[in-house]
Amino acid sequence: MEKVIIVKNLVKKFESFVANDNLTFDVFRGEIFGFLGANGAGKTTAMKILCGLSQPTSGELSVAGFDVYKQQDKIKANIGYMSQKFSLYEDLTVFENIQFYAGIYGLSNKEIDERALKLIEKLGMQAMRKKLVASLPLGWRQKLSFSIAIIHKPQIVFLDEPTGGVDPITRRQFWDLIYEAANDGITIFVTTHYMDEAEYCNRVSIMVDGRIEALDSPLNLKKQFNAENMNDVFIQLARKSKNKE
Amino acid sequence: MRTIFFILRKEFKQIFRNPMMVKLIVALPIVQLIVLANAATMDLKNINLAIVDNDLSTISRQLVSKFEGSPFFTITYRDFSEKNAQESVALNQSDAILIIPTNFQKDLLKENTAKLQFSVNAINGMSAGIINYYMQSIIIDFNKKIIPEWKAPTSDMKKIKNISITYAHWFNKELIFNIFMVPGILAVLVTIMGMFLPGLNLVREKEIGTIEQINVTPIKKYQFILGKLLPFILIAFFELSLGLLVGVPLFNVPVIGSYFVLYSVAGIYLLAILGIGLLLSTFANTQQQLMFLSYFVLIIFILMSGIFTPTESMPKWGQMINYINPIYYFMKSLRMILLKGSGFSDILPQIYALSIYAVLSISLAVSRYKKTI
Repeated sequence: MEKVIIVKNLVKKFESFVANDNLTFDVFRGEIFGFLGANGAGKTTAMKILCGLSQPTSGELSVAGFDVYKQQDKIKANIGYMSQKFSLYEDLTVFENIQFYAGIYGLSNKEIDERALKLIEKLGMQAMRKKLVASLPLGWRQKLSFSIAIIHKPQIVFLDEPTGGVDPITRRQFWDLIYEAANDGITIFVTTHYMDEAEYCNRVSIMVDGRIEALDSPLNLKKQFNAENMNDVFIQLARKSKNKE
Repeated sequence: MRTIFFILRKEFKQIFRNPMMVKLIVALPIVQLIVLANAATMDLKNINLAIVDNDLSTISRQLVSKFEGSPFFTITYRDFSEKNAQESVALNQSDAILIIPTNFQKDLLKENTAKLQFSVNAINGMSAGIINYYMQSIIIDFNKKIIPEWKAPTSDMKKIKNISITYAHWFNKELIFNIFMVPGILAVLVTIMGMFLPGLNLVREKEIGTIEQINVTPIKKYQFILGKLLPFILIAFFELSLGLLVGVPLFNVPVIGSYFVLYSVAGIYLLAILGIGLLLSTFANTQQQLMFLSYFVLIIFILMSGIFTPTESMPKWGQMINYINPIYYFMKSLRMILLKGSGFSDILPQIYALSIYAVLSISLAVSRYKKTI
């Protein structure tokens, strides 16, 4: 299988605090890769480095076939990103947001119109096309954010707790969108706190105190830790943490 | 190029979708011009004068009536008690006291000279100076008339030729303060627009978090900064035009220089001041921080710029500060162009200074704006 993210010995330090302690892992093309860990375990830090939002202290990293140190611009053109914070413009309409992000990724006007139409149809948002994003309920916003994050058909999309604060039905719909994107060949790199979502991933890594303590498919992890579900696996690992709150 | 087009379209939509913004853009220049140009005037009228006439002679009454006849003075108080007069100044009922001593007339006729006491409330040193000047001109005028009237004209006196001094005030013949103020207010207006708006806009994206989304896109730093600069340059040009459109006819400001020179200099200045605004915004994470920071810089720059007071009379160190004050250069050029009709060659030093400022501030802002965190 083709590796689309290669991380070797990634270290990120903030002065004396080590946020990422020697991470090594690969992500394969087309898979849904779950990136788990308690709050403060260092997930978001690692994800921001992979997206080019932050510089690693040391380590070898390649994303979408490009070097994280030297080819950040090329990486950025080939990835999508959805942050914890809502990142659409609330004072623009649904269509204007699509148009803006598609435009800055260099899509032609024809492509923009086509993809916007398809996206709005797929989400069933025809009636909201000209509404300001500020007026949309949270669930709709999250689905729209995700769809816009992959409007330019990136190789990889990074999702940072995309379903925080969203109701179970919308979460289910959101994961349908994720599966659909994965079927289209987009690699999904997702962090989450919901252990049922971890079960949906092809492979899962669990971080504790800046290190990866486990990395395998949910099925294998459950066997390895002799657990009934991912929740138990997570709790067994998270207990090891030295900086308990 | 296409990327910039998409950024610009987004910025314009956001600006004009904000109802507050549109109102502000239209109201700000008009209100500032009308209120400030009229109110912030250095012309002193209605000086409240307390008179203590201890002499009550014919000449002393003539002197008092001189003050009564002056358009500048209003007699608010007459008494024989100096103490009461002083109290009226303390209570802010009078701005100045004129004390005519007993024997004023006698001394004047016998000794050819008499003393008057004039006290001015000098809390505001500038207006105290002006009051003093008005008072002196009344006394001098009074002297001229009193001598031939009361003293027998001697042969010597006839020989004296009257030397009269006439003043020619260049570029503002009637010394109308408004004409001096209007260009100053226009400069401040353009400055406020340029310094606050783009910076606030950028910091707002930081606060909301959309900047993170922008930072993972392939947008180049200069494209992003340009997207923040251009809309506000256009808005500031609109403000300047609106200000001229309202201010020039309203206050009869003589526009002697050319509009082409005016707008060219304004363009360079805008690049400089927007660059500073954006540079400051890279130091702030919230709009609150930025407001505080910009306000601090702006107040110093505006007050030092010579909008109210001549910069030449500032202490040396104050004038040194003005070397790095872009508003000072713009204020000076604006007044020179509008009131003196200066062309490019007359304001070369200002143009050079502003150009250097523009290049420095924008390149610093671009380099300090990081796409990483």
